[in-house]
Amino acid sequence: MSSTYYFAIVGTNDSPLYETELGVQRDESKYLNQFIVHAALDLVDDAQFMSTACYLKTVDRYNDWNVSAYVTPSNIRLMLLHEAKADDAIRLFFTDCHELYLKTLLNPFYEPNTPIQSQAFDVKVNTLAKKYLF
Amino acid sequence: MEKQYKAIGEEAWKNNAEKINAELFIFTYGSLVVQLVKDYENYSAVNKQLDKMGYNIGVRMVDDMMARTSLERCTGFSATAEVIAKVGFKLFLNVIPTVANWSADAKEFSLILDDNPLNDFCELPPKAVADGLRYSNVLCGVIRGALEMMQMQTEVEYVRDVLCGDDVSEIRVKLLRMLDEEVPASDD
Repeated sequence: MSSTYYFAIVGTNDSPLYETELGVQRDESKYLNQFIVHAALDLVDDAQFMSTACYLKTVDRYNDWNVSAYVTPSNIRLMLLHEAKADDAIRLFFTDCHELYLKTLLNPFYEPNTPIQSQAFDVKVNTLAKKYLF
Repeated sequence: MEKQYKAIGEEAWKNNAEKINAELFIFTYGSLVVQLVKDYENYSAVNKQLDKMGYNIGVRMVDDMMARTSLERCTGFSATAEVIAKVGFKLFLNVIPTVANWSADAKEFSLILDDNPLNDFCELPPKAVADGLRYSNVLCGVIRGALEMMQMQTEVEYVRDVLCGDDVSEIRVKLLRMLDEEVPASDD
């Protein structure tokens, strides 16, 4: 199945720390993705108080896109745009990405709440995506 | 002979070494290095500073090591190398580097570190790699300081580092000369 995903990590002041498009690239959606995720942040803020879990499932919809979110205890938002519903796979993907983010955070050279520029991180996110999403 | 050093190292590690939480140690070292980078804004100055700190640690630590173990005077530089790897590194870091790449005149050798606890969690920014930051340079200083207290003047440096993209970490130790019995030079 060929599908497109857009994954973003959003910092505490709503600025993106990391973003990537996974799967088939679509030219027209490049900026639209950011819009959809940004618009969904308000809904994440609402949803996070309705649940005690980190994984908030699907918080928003836009045309055929679903927006899933995962909030870490330090209020970093992991956001995923996807078409097909697959709660379990996405939950596992988020959990592993959270762990990956933690490892980045433990690096003394990484300043919290700044964009993640590490190549290794990028590679690992892509591996996780292959493992769970495709 | 080699077996014996290994046993001494194991024994000292088990019975006479204070253990602390590894993560606490790693994070403390990490924030120390990052603070140095911020303060000096120059990676070679940071390397130098780490080496200096290591030296000051080394001159004290070697006595500590002797007190905790029942080592006798080394018979030669090759025995010294074994002691550094099998007793020194084992006692303080719980890793045993491999001694390798001896030079023909037996005055230079390399310590190959397969595993360096200080490197855990660390990933250098590309600029630091390009400018040659040696993250664990403190180890070089420690070896230099310790050997100087044992009347051996040495030159110790990192030649390869996993954090800079090499496949292993290698510390090169070069014996310059044996010192006569004398008062050690002051710290700076």
